[in-house]
Amino acid sequence: MDAKMLSSVLFLVFVAATLVIVWRSGRGTKKASDFYDGGASFSGFQNGLAIAGDYMSAASFLGIAGTIALFGYDGFLYSIGFLVAWLVALLLIAEPLRNSGRFTMGDVVSFRMKQRPVRTASAVSTVVVSIFYLLAQMVGAGALVSLLLGITDPNMKNLIIVGVGILMIVYVTIGGMKGTTYVQIVKAFLLMIGATLLTIMVLWHFNFDISSLLGHAAENSGKGDTFLQPGMKFGKDIIDPATGLVDATKTLYSKLDLISLGLALVLGTAGLPHILIRFYTVPNSKAARKSVNWAIGNIGVFYLMTIALGFGAAALVSRTTLFRGFKVDDAGCVIDKDGKMIGDACTTLDNLKNLSADAKKALVPIDPSGNVAAPQLAQFLGGGEGSTGGAIMLAVIGAIAFATILAVVAGLTLASSSSFAHDLYANVIKRGNASPESEVKVAKIAAAVIGLVAIVLAIGAQTLNVAFLVAIAFAIAASGNLPAVLYTLFWKKFNTRGAVWAIYGGLISALVLLVFGPNVTGFETSFLKFSEYGFRFDYFPLANPGIVSIPLGFFFGWLGTVTSSEKNAAKYAELEVRSLSGAAIGKAVQH
Amino acid sequence: MGSTEQNGVWESTQASPEFQALRRKFRNFAFPLTVAFLVWYFAYILLTAFARDWVSTQVAPNINIAFVLGILQFVSTFVIAWLYERHSTKHLDDASEAIKAKVEKELGH
Repeated sequence: MDAKMLSSVLFLVFVAATLVIVWRSGRGTKKASDFYDGGASFSGFQNGLAIAGDYMSAASFLGIAGTIALFGYDGFLYSIGFLVAWLVALLLIAEPLRNSGRFTMGDVVSFRMKQRPVRTASAVSTVVVSIFYLLAQMVGAGALVSLLLGITDPNMKNLIIVGVGILMIVYVTIGGMKGTTYVQIVKAFLLMIGATLLTIMVLWHFNFDISSLLGHAAENSGKGDTFLQPGMKFGKDIIDPATGLVDATKTLYSKLDLISLGLALVLGTAGLPHILIRFYTVPNSKAARKSVNWAIGNIGVFYLMTIALGFGAAALVSRTTLFRGFKVDDAGCVIDKDGKMIGDACTTLDNLKNLSADAKKALVPIDPSGNVAAPQLAQFLGGGEGSTGGAIMLAVIGAIAFATILAVVAGLTLASSSSFAHDLYANVIKRGNASPESEVKVAKIAAAVIGLVAIVLAIGAQTLNVAFLVAIAFAIAASGNLPAVLYTLFWKKFNTRGAVWAIYGGLISALVLLVFGPNVTGFETSFLKFSEYGFRFDYFPLANPGIVSIPLGFFFGWLGTVTSSEKNAAKYAELEVRSLSGAAIGKAVQH
Repeated sequence: MGSTEQNGVWESTQASPEFQALRRKFRNFAFPLTVAFLVWYFAYILLTAFARDWVSTQVAPNINIAFVLGILQFVSTFVIAWLYERHSTKHLDDASEAIKAKVEKELGH
């Protein structure tokens, strides 16, 4: 049995096991609360694991390890941003949210506001953020399968996306929050074991000497010490091709883009709806705090291990493998991006080391994402290509990566369907008079519809960059949701208009700046290539809109509040007392 | 119990010295700490963007300042989480429990 077969078998075992768990936990699901919050009966430790399972996507595992393997230090910046972000959730959001809300982000934002406009805005933002994140995961799933199983047939890739979509619909409709939580716990457990195993093997290989690991990574990368320094991917010095000098303006933009990304990473996490609803699965604020602490422990250790995985792959796996090869011409000689031969004579892929360091910079990777770094590292550590150990390690890590995707997409589908049913159907359409049974029924239908929409969109969006889709989700969450949640919890004057303007203002600012940014038109790497379409409107120079759209979200929230005369001191008293004390926890608000 | 009376409970609790003390103990700890970790995080990002020569200085073989600062971000995150947990169990949990019990009794839950 080869690695691909073994990987598929292991993955099917995971799917079968999780389906049994989901079916068993779904049997007891009768009440609305079981679907939305799993009965709010998980412990802090369980929920901490589930949060880690919900949060650490395939992008974290494969993407960050790959970015470090290819660009060295800069990949580490993602790890740090994704972890530090949890302090916002811990210090400001998790406990008051658990105390004052029931099932959705909209519960808290609309607590003291007019229900219909605020719940509508919350539901729109929840669905938009979740769909972008869902697309990123599903497009990633298709790409991952083709990488690991060597499938290139586009129909097979579509089939994989359809399969992932159907599985997530099944998890959510049958298992609700309880089933989804168990899937996420199992996945977090597997991911931590897999990453720990690889980390120990890498460190073992270098006699537990970090300096030696980093030294070998720098050497094997062909970039020397610059590989260990920031600046290979983010905030690069941009050289003006006409003069050969550093272009000061473009370099500044490039550095601002790095800061903007840092802002979105650190402020986006606490505004992601699928993360926020996880705080409702525990009985009280103390357990919510414990779950964030467990999550910080798990996620922190995991991201520390990405250092060993990324630099380990850089040190032990050849650049040709990491890039899935370099472009070659018909004669097998490596070529640069203009199709010209690199070096004085023909250099084949086997003779790359003969090239000078300068010449190597002209090499064009076939796949510059680095997503194969962690699986390739596993294969090397197991004994290399062709060995049984290598095949087993490759298969195990591949199966864990699939499991990772499934747990995350289930969480996203749950967040968007519960917001649709609880915010939009029950409180906007039915004005708070829906029966719990009909609410759950609508939620399950919504899960199926959102799942199907995501399948169709993901099949159409396969050429989009996964990191770009994730960046949209984080930017919208940080620009629209975070201001609304923070203002409503801590600002007495905040009111309906402020909440609506904060959410829509942040959401629209982020989307508009993205559309007019460099990722949609202008460059050869853009969604609409200039060379193919002949037009461009990349007026906004940054790929990450956060540095502008996050302050705009807060600004619109403030502006809406001060231009409206509505205020409700009594309701704020209730929100504040409930959010800090936990009185009347889990009870609906009387409007 | 009518909803006006209920609102009275929330407002009188909010105005009570016990609640004001709890609110102060929470905000005086969480808000400055939030500002502190954000400043520290952005100082780190700004250094990696604009002080590249300095952060590239090696303090040990193959270990540069950027690497050390990155590891320190992990350490500070763990320490802040621990500090907040300690503060909450020492100063917040009992006070919020007491207010919760009092409010729920007054509301007749």
